[in-house]
Order: sequence, then structure tokens, then C-alpha cells
Amino acid sequence: MSNESKTMNQSFVRFFLTAGCDGYAHAVRKSFLVALWFVFLTFPIMVIRVNTIENTVVWHWSRLGYVALAIFFGSFVWRWLLARKELKKDESQNETRVESVLTRMQSNPIFKFSALAVLALAAAVYPWAFNLYQTNIMISCLIYIVLGLGLNIVVGLAGLLDLGYVAFYAVGAYAYALCNMHWGLGFWYMLPVGAVLGAVLGIILGFPVLRLRGDYLAIVTLGFGEIIRLVLENWGDVTMGPSGISSIARPDLFGVKLGVVGSTQYMFYIMVGLLVFTIFCVNRLQNSRIGRAWLALREDEIACQAMGIDKMKTKLMAFALGATWAGMAGVVFAAKTTFINPASFTFWESAIILSIVVIGGMGSIRGVIAGAIILILVPEYLREFAQFRMLLFGAIMVLVMVFRPQGLISAKRKIYTYKVAEAGAANE
Amino acid sequence: MEYFLELFMGGLTRGSIYALIALGYTMVYGIIELINFAHGEIYMIGAFTGLIVAGLLTMLGFPTSAILVIAIVCAIVWAAAYGLTIEKMAYKPLRSAPRLSPLISAIGMSIFLQNYVMIAQTSDFLPFPELIPHFDFMDKVGSIMSSAELVIILATVASCVGLTLFIKFTKLGKAMRATAQNRKMAMLVGINVDMVISATFVIGSSLAAVGGVLIASHIGQINYYIGFIAGIKAFTAAVLGGIGSLPGAMLGGLVLGLTEAFATGYVSSDYEDVFAFLLLVLILIFRPSGIMGKEKTQKV
Repeated sequence: MSNESKTMNQSFVRFFLTAGCDGYAHAVRKSFLVALWFVFLTFPIMVIRVNTIENTVVWHWSRLGYVALAIFFGSFVWRWLLARKELKKDESQNETRVESVLTRMQSNPIFKFSALAVLALAAAVYPWAFNLYQTNIMISCLIYIVLGLGLNIVVGLAGLLDLGYVAFYAVGAYAYALCNMHWGLGFWYMLPVGAVLGAVLGIILGFPVLRLRGDYLAIVTLGFGEIIRLVLENWGDVTMGPSGISSIARPDLFGVKLGVVGSTQYMFYIMVGLLVFTIFCVNRLQNSRIGRAWLALREDEIACQAMGIDKMKTKLMAFALGATWAGMAGVVFAAKTTFINPASFTFWESAIILSIVVIGGMGSIRGVIAGAIILILVPEYLREFAQFRMLLFGAIMVLVMVFRPQGLISAKRKIYTYKVAEAGAANE
Repeated sequence: MEYFLELFMGGLTRGSIYALIALGYTMVYGIIELINFAHGEIYMIGAFTGLIVAGLLTMLGFPTSAILVIAIVCAIVWAAAYGLTIEKMAYKPLRSAPRLSPLISAIGMSIFLQNYVMIAQTSDFLPFPELIPHFDFMDKVGSIMSSAELVIILATVASCVGLTLFIKFTKLGKAMRATAQNRKMAMLVGINVDMVISATFVIGSSLAAVGGVLIASHIGQINYYIGFIAGIKAFTAAVLGGIGSLPGAMLGGLVLGLTEAFATGYVSSDYEDVFAFLLLVLILIFRPSGIMGKEKTQKV
């Protein structure tokens, strides 16, 4: 190794070990104290396991050792990442390498079309290349992307914090399930009906909350989500209560009923089509008049009113349009799983969808896709870790937010650059 | 009439617990404008710590009233420690971040803590010993109110009075009010804002821990999931009363508890949550900032 690279390695190691402290000794002492604190903190819950019926107690002393070691070494990594984040704050450009690659790809037409062609090919072949289980996971992920894009309209573009988004999802799913059960209406018929129902419910939700701002809006929407779920659970005569509705018909291909494998592959293509449609619509909405009205509403409500934008109409449009996608996604979900019950529509679903939007990057379509991939696909592939799955999930959420609060891929507004005309060509 | 009084007392008890947890939500929101979703989990951790300490002391043969006091003290200590750690790790780095980031961080922390307790302890329902002593003089009104309910209501009243006096008359209380009003100005006049925020989390977590141990002793069992439901209800109570206002949180808790008790008793127990949320929507339609909330003037 040359002397230069040796010193560079040394300074990197030095920075890593002593970030946020003065010197090695200070850093080691800090980490030791932090590890001691966590040992104290986790002592009752980790170590002591009482059984009040039999009056026994089990002591898990070894766990203390794991905690101490993990925290000791983890604290170095934590301080280093925090120090890096502080350094990056001063730079005006806050793009990650992924973002700049994506931007460069999208501005160069050759790259853009070849990447899209590869994606289209992958989408076409996916159900044949992977087995039924993997295809199901991917369909699930695509459903969440559509949900994320819908919530993106409400939260990311219009800035209205909606914690009850799952209510529209539930309404779409139950509408299809009930209509299918009572009157045998098919999937293709119910898809637009689900969309319209979602929109109507969105407007109904929007009316009472027009005057509320910020966190009050959040709790009321959360309340609405819970009300819908509780009504679904307890109104057994209509909604079949907690036992749910089963044997919901899958979509048929021009009247031909496909088997389980065929239906799943069919559903995959339907979802890809729906996703492309959603991305197209959201993209167009973002750059339309209503989209700019939403952005104005998000930035400053009073200034937006002063500029002549009808606040009521804009908010209701946001709720209605956001809910339409959830309604459609609900119909697809019911068709995919052929069994729904109120337990699939709890507040956690809303929280997960909101996390997809925020972690991915608010207001950005690519961000929502990235967020859904991280939050939905990764836990599915982590199923081997069984119990630790959700623990890691929570930890990942916290870590991504602490070290990248603006989300993974932030929204890019279209910028038109003015090219200065050459001398002689001006004034044409 | 007796049934009404019974429901009333039950509602007061519930409301007291909601008030204790809601105080933590509202204090944190008043200071850093963050809905601390992990607060319900602190309440659950307080209950679990109380169970562990109570279990150990019962085996060592301590008298029941001593166990209650020691369990509450230990629950307070550890819940405050957890609250402090959560604040330092998940919320402090995000003080200048866009508004939704600390919220998602809080949700992630909530998921993490639930699963941490589930893995470290167990996912089953654990029986909680009855620690609150039975008073003989309560037998006269035994059909309306039990000793446990009396203890809970009194403890809550004492905590609320203590907290109000603390906020009003001590130096730290004044510093908290100042930081809640305007953080930058508080820094300029020499208040150590970091310490004030940490103190807020400590106090809020202590109150939640007290509530956790008391109600666990009353109900008789705990589980890693109780924090979530209690958290949502308490947050509703805090918003109902006007988030950021301490008397609002106490009032909101009581109103919510009474509404739930009467809805359960007179209508149907399935729809009790529906009534609670409908009440919230109604009150917010007519008073958008909650019952005791202050209308914040918005400037462009």
C-alpha cells in the first residue's frame, strides 16, 4: 500500500472511532458508559422472567452480555453515522448516489428507454420465472405501491396527514366481497365501482375535517379508520363480523375461470397494469393545475387562499382522489386473497402505508416505490428470522428516519433550463 | 340509580388512567410538537416492570402494601429511563427535520418496543397480582365502587395536583412553560432546552408508569400489546381536551372514560370505541382546537 492510501485509511479509521469525541480514550469511555446504561435499562425486562402463579423466577444473565457487547460496538457506528449526517448537512446538494444515478438515467433518453424495456421484460416474465409464493409476495408489494401512491396524493402532495387511509381500502375490499357474495358481480364490474365508492367515502370524510389543521386532522382520520373497522367487525348481519367473508371470486379471463396458479399469474399482470395506470395518473395530476394547487395548500394554507385557490374544493379533491386508488386496491386485495376480515384493516396498515410514503420520500413516485420495496419485500424475505422480523422492521424505520429524515428519494420538480441562444440566432 | 353511579365510578377510573397517559402525550406535544406514538409502550413497560418487581418481592415475602409502593417506584424509575433513552435516540436527531419524520420514527420505535418486550418476556397474557389493598370502609359502597377504583382515582388526583403545582411554582416548571411557548427565546434567556425536554419525557413517562401499575393491578393481567390500545385512547383524550394543555388532557381523559363507561353500560359494549371516536369528531367540528385548546393565530 502506498503511503498516501495508508494515511487515508488511517484517517478514516480515526474518524470512525472518534467521531463526536476528543480522542480514542474519550470515545472508548463514552461507549463503555452507554453500554452500562443500556445494561441497567434492559435489566428487568431482558433478564428477569417471573411466574407469579408458580412463584418461580428465571434469570437470563447471558443476555446482559449480548446487550453490553452489541451496544458497546454499536455506539461507535451510531456516533460515526451521526457525525457524517452533520457533515452532509452543510452541503447544499443532498442527493444520494442512488438519486443521482436515477436522475442521470432519466434525463438520458437511451438509458431511460432501455431501463424501462428491461423492467417491462422482467414484469412480463416474473410469474413464469418464480413460483406461486414469490408471485404472491410481489402482488402484495404492488398493491402497497398503489396504496402508497394514493396516500402520497393526500399526504405528500396536499400535506393533509391522513392516519385512517385503511378505511377506504377496507370499503373497496368489502364492497367487492359483499357484492360478489350476494349478487355474484364480477371483478371487472366491481373495480370501477370500488373506485367510485372510495371517492365518495373520501368526500364524506373530507367534509367534517375541512377546518382542522395538522395533528387534529391526524387524530380524526385515525378515528374514522377505527370507526370503519369497528363497524365492519360488529355489524355482523351485513358484514359477517370477525369471521369475515370467504370464497370471493377471482377475476376471470373473458368468462374463462382460471385455476389457482393461472389466477395468480393473471392477477400479477392486472396489478402491473393497474400500477402503470396509477403512476401515469399521479404523474399527470402532479403537474396539472390541481396538483399545483395541492402543493400550494401544503406549503401555506393562508397564502394559497389569498391567491384565489378554493381551499375546500382542493382538499376534497385530494381526499377523493387519494381514496379512489385505495378503493381499487381493496377490490384487487379481496380478489387476490379470496378471504377478508376486519383484522386486515387495522391502524397498523395505515401506519405502514404512511411509513412507505415518508420513508420513500414524500411526494415522489420513485420514492414510494423504493419505500414499498424496503418495507414490504424485505420483511417477507426476512421471514426466516421469525420473531425478530418485526423487531428489525421497527428498528429499520427508526434508523432510516434518524439518518435520512427527508426520505430515501426526494421529489424532483420539473426544471426547465433556458438555453442561451447563439449570437445571430437571437431576435428571430 | 345505583347502576348509573356504578357506571360513573367505573368511568372515572378509566378516565383517570387515560388522563395519566394523556398528560404525557400532551406535555411532549406542547414542547416539541411531536405525537409520541411510543408513549403507550412506555405505559406497557411500566406495567411489566411493576409485574417483575412485584413477582420478585412476593417470593421474598414482603407485605403487599410495601410491594405496591416499591413496584410503583421501580416502574417509574425504569419507565423514565426508557423515555429518556427513546428521546435521545429517536427524537433528538430529528428536531430540525420535516414534521412527519419524527412521527414515523415514533411509530417505528413503538413497533420495536412492542416486539422487544414480546421476545424478551412472552407473548402470552401474564397474570398481575392484586397489589391494591382492600379497605373495609369501602364495603358500604361496595356495589358502586371498589377499593381499587378509589385508590386509582385518588392517585390520579394527587398526581394531577402535584403536576399542576410543579408546573406553576417550580423553576423547572417555568422553564417547561417557556420552552413550550417559544423554544428559541427560551434558549436565548439561558434555559437548557435539552434538559427541559428530557425532563418532560421523564415526567410524562413516570405518570404513565403509575397508571400502568395501578390499572394492571385492577384488571389482573398484562400483555405486550396493551400499550397500543391505551395509547390511541389516551391520545384521543389529549386531543379532545386540546393538545398542549395540561388541564385539557385531564378533562379529556375524564370525558373519554365517562363516555366509554356510559356507552358500554347503556348501549352496547361492542361499539364503545365507536362512541369515543364519534364524540371526538363532534367536539372537534364545533371546537377545532379541542375543549380547552387555544386557537393559534396563523400567520402567512
